[in-house]
Amino acid sequence: MLRPASAHKTAALGLTPRLGARGWLSVGLLALIGGGGVVAHFAGAPFYVDLATRLVCLAIAATSLNLILGYGGLLSFGHAVFIGIGAYAVGIPSYHATYGDWQAIASYNGFFHLALAMGLSGLFALVTGAISLRTRGVHFIMITMAFAQMMFFFFVSLEAYGGDDGLTIDVRSELGPLSLDDPLQMFLLAFGVLLATLWLVDRLVHSRFGLVLQGAKDNDERMRMIGFNTYVFRLVAYVIAGALCGLAGALLGNFTAFVSPDMLDWTRSGELMFMVILGGAGTLLGPILGATIFVVLEELLSGLTIYWHLPFGALLILSVLFARGGLMAFVGRLGGND
Amino acid sequence: MDTTLLFVQFLNGLQLGVLLFLLAAGLSLTFGIMDLVNLAHGSFYMVGAFLCATLTYWTGSYIWALLLAVPLTALVGLLTELLVIRELYTRDHLEQVLATFGLILCFDALVQMIWGSEGIAVPLPAWLDGRVALIGSIEVPTFRLLIIGAGLAIAAGLYGLVNHTRLGMLIRAGASNRTMVAAHGINIRLLFSAVFALGAALAGLAGMLIAPITEASIGMGNQIIITAFVVIVVGGVGSMKGAFVSALLIGLIDTLGRSYLDTIFKLFMSTKAAETAAPALSAMLIYILMAVVLALRPQGLFPAKVR
Repeated sequence: MLRPASAHKTAALGLTPRLGARGWLSVGLLALIGGGGVVAHFAGAPFYVDLATRLVCLAIAATSLNLILGYGGLLSFGHAVFIGIGAYAVGIPSYHATYGDWQAIASYNGFFHLALAMGLSGLFALVTGAISLRTRGVHFIMITMAFAQMMFFFFVSLEAYGGDDGLTIDVRSELGPLSLDDPLQMFLLAFGVLLATLWLVDRLVHSRFGLVLQGAKDNDERMRMIGFNTYVFRLVAYVIAGALCGLAGALLGNFTAFVSPDMLDWTRSGELMFMVILGGAGTLLGPILGATIFVVLEELLSGLTIYWHLPFGALLILSVLFARGGLMAFVGRLGGND
Repeated sequence: MDTTLLFVQFLNGLQLGVLLFLLAAGLSLTFGIMDLVNLAHGSFYMVGAFLCATLTYWTGSYIWALLLAVPLTALVGLLTELLVIRELYTRDHLEQVLATFGLILCFDALVQMIWGSEGIAVPLPAWLDGRVALIGSIEVPTFRLLIIGAGLAIAAGLYGLVNHTRLGMLIRAGASNRTMVAAHGINIRLLFSAVFALGAALAGLAGMLIAPITEASIGMGNQIIITAFVVIVVGGVGSMKGAFVSALLIGLIDTLGRSYLDTIFKLFMSTKAAETAAPALSAMLIYILMAVVLALRPQGLFPAKVR
């Protein structure tokens, strides 16, 4: 089962002066990622800066999924679709600014790119969420998957933007004084967005809105009896999560300077889900821990063998069978603050 | 419009529909009876195709390979059930989804280790490889007719199995009340294992039937499984009849949409616009259909009577 609503209380206490095991782990982890990226840059290890940037982008996406999955109990299996939409929202305007046509959207302006990424992702979440949230449980899993697959095939069919092969982003977003061609600035931007996203999700979860969302996860009928239209609360959460993930996609697109339908393949959605659940759904920093473990594992295992999916998949199965509640719960049990 | 081409495309749509039904039937059974969401169902489709490919080269006959590969895929399904799936029946859907996602990664990697990363073509015997004249001068590939015939026969067989045999009675009883069946002294574990293996064999068979046309390749199940989900959602989760009708419907809509949407679009828009819009829309057609069905009937076209 997912973690009960009481989990957020310990997460909230985690950052007060009396830090528990989970609080220390959280602060330490963020410091490690943030410090690690900067140190790697000045130590002349660009590979690790790239690794950290990728990690941070995925962590933002996982955090956005955690809002609906961990706190809202919505088993969305199509979350990578927003990464794709966000990345194409950078790639397509930049492409037209370089090669002409479609003057209305042709632009290198990063603020326009980010707004477009969040706007389109939010809009897609609104339309598909309005339909899929009418259903629950296994229907919802299959439908979110199917809508993501729909966009996958949509981007595959866009021959003008490379179809299956994807689109290289020749010119990255221009964000005021920032230059995203510089790895350190790219990393710091992503890390800043991660911190802002964490702050936003934390505020949301502890607001009246967030409490209703968690209440509806625990007992939908009760919340509706009290007089809340839980459908609307879920839809709003779904749109916010979609827009945030679109932002992550725009950053990821800028980072890799390449977009392709592969970014929104449904196995990518599965990986995001893995990060959230492994780290601990419904805890603020669980998804960050999950994303870190995912990226590190992927790096280690793929270095060992080309069949790295085998141990990875086995680990996933074992973690479901034996590590219930995610690693955050495990650490909490060790530290005795749960 | 060319009627011969239309007829051939109609058959192609029917063929896709039949394959989708073979996949959706297994998904529907496992969900209806065990309340299990199995993302790895498409892996049996892939395993079936690869087993069939190898056996075709060993035995020198596609038909022998087919006869041997079906029980072998059922065995793979049975082992999967014993090792992993069995533990998941009592878990919630989220955990089932994650664990079966892990299974997909394992299956893809294992198949790659055994058979390599290249696809394997499956040769057909000469008598299946040709074309037959069906109505007047219209010639259609023999093998495609065989797929459609086999699929329809299996659909009829499944209908008979579920509605007129003792096993079918237990399956229906298990779908409506698991605890009650167990209380009557039925070995529910054995029943679940048998149903899971049956579903795996059906998915494997679909893979074996498509292998001579597309070849067996890594990850071939991961695309079609989503379409099978669309079939289930449109037809109504847990309903065999729904799965059958919506599988054929989606097979036809997808195939005909891809072939004729640009022709239709050209009637009312410029050729250039039609050639851009048609592929994009036809790729999305079945998902839009799913959205419309859900908006009007959230339970699907033929909701299962129980649950």
